[in-house]
Amino acid sequence: MKLVKTTYNRRSFLRSSALAGGGMMLGFSWLASCKPTPEQLKSIPKEWFDINGFLKIADNGMVTIMSPNPEIGQNVKTAMPMIVAEELDVDWDDVIVEQAPLNTDIFTRQLAGGSQSIRQGWEGLRMAGATARQMLITAAAAAWQVPANEITTKAGVLSHEGSNKTAGYGEMASAAAGVEIPEEVPLKEATEFTIIGTDRKNVDGPKIVTGQPMFGLDIQEDGMLTAMIVHPPAFGMTYKSMDVESVKAMPGIKDVFPIEVYPEGVEKQWSDGGGIATLVAVVGESTWQCMQAKKALKVEWETTSKLESSADHEEALTRLLNSKPKEAARRDGDVPKAFKNAAKVIERTYSAPFLAHNTMEPMNFYAHVTAEEAKLKGPIQTPEFLEKTLASRLEMPLEKIDIMMTRMGGGFGRRLYGHFGVEAAVISKKMQAPIKLVYTREDDMTQGTYRPSYKVRYKAGLDENGKLIAWHVRGVGTNDDLVFENRFPAGAVDNYLAEKHMLESNVTTGAWRAPRSNFIAGAEQAFIDEVAELAGKDPIEFRLELFDRAINDPVGDPETNDYDPKRYAGVLRLVKEKAGWTGGKNGNSARGVASYYCHNSYVAQVLDLTMEGDTPTIDKVWCAVDCGIVINPLSARNQIEGGIIDGIGHATYSQMTFTDGKPDQENFDTYNLIRNNQAPKEIETFFVENGIDPTGLGEPSLPPVIGALANALYKATGQRYYHQPFISERQVVG
Amino acid sequence: MANFNLNINGKSQQVDVDPTTPILWVLRDHLKLVGTKYGCGVAQCGACTIHLGDSAVRSCQLPISTVGDQEITTIEGLSENGDHPVQQAWIEEDVYQCGYCQAGQIMNASAFLKSNSNPTDAEIETAMNGNICRCGTYTRIKKAIKKAAASENA
Ligand code: FES
Ligand code: FES
Repeated sequence: MKLVKTTYNRRSFLRSSALAGGGMMLGFSWLASCKPTPEQLKSIPKEWFDINGFLKIADNGMVTIMSPNPEIGQNVKTAMPMIVAEELDVDWDDVIVEQAPLNTDIFTRQLAGGSQSIRQGWEGLRMAGATARQMLITAAAAAWQVPANEITTKAGVLSHEGSNKTAGYGEMASAAAGVEIPEEVPLKEATEFTIIGTDRKNVDGPKIVTGQPMFGLDIQEDGMLTAMIVHPPAFGMTYKSMDVESVKAMPGIKDVFPIEVYPEGVEKQWSDGGGIATLVAVVGESTWQCMQAKKALKVEWETTSKLESSADHEEALTRLLNSKPKEAARRDGDVPKAFKNAAKVIERTYSAPFLAHNTMEPMNFYAHVTAEEAKLKGPIQTPEFLEKTLASRLEMPLEKIDIMMTRMGGGFGRRLYGHFGVEAAVISKKMQAPIKLVYTREDDMTQGTYRPSYKVRYKAGLDENGKLIAWHVRGVGTNDDLVFENRFPAGAVDNYLAEKHMLESNVTTGAWRAPRSNFIAGAEQAFIDEVAELAGKDPIEFRLELFDRAINDPVGDPETNDYDPKRYAGVLRLVKEKAGWTGGKNGNSARGVASYYCHNSYVAQVLDLTMEGDTPTIDKVWCAVDCGIVINPLSARNQIEGGIIDGIGHATYSQMTFTDGKPDQENFDTYNLIRNNQAPKEIETFFVENGIDPTGLGEPSLPPVIGALANALYKATGQRYYHQPFISERQVVG
Repeated sequence: MANFNLNINGKSQQVDVDPTTPILWVLRDHLKLVGTKYGCGVAQCGACTIHLGDSAVRSCQLPISTVGDQEITTIEGLSENGDHPVQQAWIEEDVYQCGYCQAGQIMNASAFLKSNSNPTDAEIETAMNGNICRCGTYTRIKKAIKKAAASENA
């Protein structure tokens, strides 16, 4: 055990009280100490949260851990209470994880997370559990008149060997509620864990398989109307006028009107992202009626800025890629000289299109705004920012605005951008009625906050021994500058130059699962494969040599390098062993390898595939992960598998293109998403065991698999794949 | 608007709606059976899958006027206590992530297993290809279907 101080943030962190019927309640902030600042969020938006919860110990010993609600699918609702239960030292079977009741005095704010939630919640959650345990011990020590440090706990039972006394937590809970909150509590060593690191099923499973209402789209309230929006058909267009009369008379339609979502003077937050200033609202009794009216409605739009097409983006990105930025993002050594002296030089360009998030549950939000207050409910990752925008837009003090969270039918970054909440509130206010705003799939896909389109060019120089002596990367993106200059192979090459540019576009873009990494990892790892081949080296050995260099004799200040080369090499060695890597073939399968670091975690993958005609069948993916301590391996593997399938799917089949500002893909008949038969037949995940504090899991398996796939495709076909989507033909399904 | 008498999850239900209204929206908006999900509205994603008799159908493509008195089963009515072998297998394999697509996956899988109680991997893939899971739970879906088939055959 190690002692940690609870004093930091103590007052806001913990609150103890007795339960009416006997027992103890400890209120705590799940993430009291580690909320990222809005500035941090803005630079690389991460899914985050700030939530308050509590644990309750009833007089019968049952422990209730309140999970403060939102869940995107990453299963924090199971993993976070597991951490509390571990330090509390209770049997998981005696734990009930409850959805926090919405809108009570206890929960000031409820919000959902992503790859950062476990990492940021780790310490606070452990401390909450350990503090409650310590208070129970103190209560028992007083009752039994024995020294507290002689009392042990196990599975919800307190024992004192000397006096042969035992008591369940429930028996001491009421007394413990009156104990002063300790200044210092012991935390377990990783070797003492009995819950953390074991497979625990998703606590919401039974509700999911029986179709219980959990999602924003499922909200039903008395007197609630359905609202839909009509947004400009193209980026670069704005609302002009419409003919409402014919539509207003349609059955069930209550009103049709333009809404000023963001009139001049409204203080917008970064999370308002791609919100459109003026939209048309259609409000009716039912979804189907609104859909019909929406179709029949004639709206006139006017062009107010350039109507960009994919060909324009392509041309502008290429132009930027060919121009030298004023400043380098990072420069080590003398790159031009090294290229001049190199025995071999290779240069390759990679690209990827815009992508939509396409959460299975389209954007939606419930709002009931009256003169006195605003009550909102729905799937959103950033309610705190939505609340601020609403305060400005509705001219209402923050405390009159109440936002509740629902389970989310997928996030992937899309629900960071909560303009739909503002839209719902403005519509409700106008209607003077509770409304549920529902996006159709087409609305959702064509008013996106897309993954930017990217291009990157790599150039590498090798000496006569095949050693990497020069590296140049230049990346460009729409509204994004793509390159992480301090990531690998920075620090492992003497002469290194990283440059980046941004192309401004009126197509709205934003964070999409593993921002930037979701493209640049695949490009970099495919390029390294080609460089290793040129050097005549095995691609794993070639990488390991570079990591050795970064470990033993790093270039530049090792502190600036944004990765730990030992952990990086560790996952690569692990996957090599597990997959039995001997090169680019495994029986009849072609193999590729890749590794990447992002969201504080390390991943290496080997991917096997076979081609049938032009179609790859992914036989198996081996995945080695170093994310520190794994809380719940069962759901961790699920996240890893999801990221792998997501990465393969988007790199192979998906794209969002534009013609004169208008999205060419509007629904799943034209936008391809990976299907069951295209997913890997098998995925096997291996975790590095190292006792390091846990880091992100929701995103890190996605970026490298694109490189592993490209490299395996090369082995299978003899062709290098530089441009995503690798295979874009429509697969006929549905 | 017209009156319809529907047979849903073994109960008779009356609604007064436009005859073109798809069963998806009848269930969700009028009968408050929201387990059946909207994902695309154009027969591409399978989130809205229900049973009509023994067959899996996409309720977003099924106007109420075409249903008559055929038996409709939704996720809420698949089993009394959430213990249909497919539901149990889903829990055992911990299939879901966000969970949004899973009602459709389960309804499609359960109808499929009725017609093919001992499917091969390839048959499962073909049967399940119309159901998108954006979270990428496909490998677990396959495992769960095999598990359900094995338990039903046992
Ligand atoms: S909603 Fe019916 S198939 Fe997608
Ligand atoms: S579990 Fe999220 S879409 Fe399938």
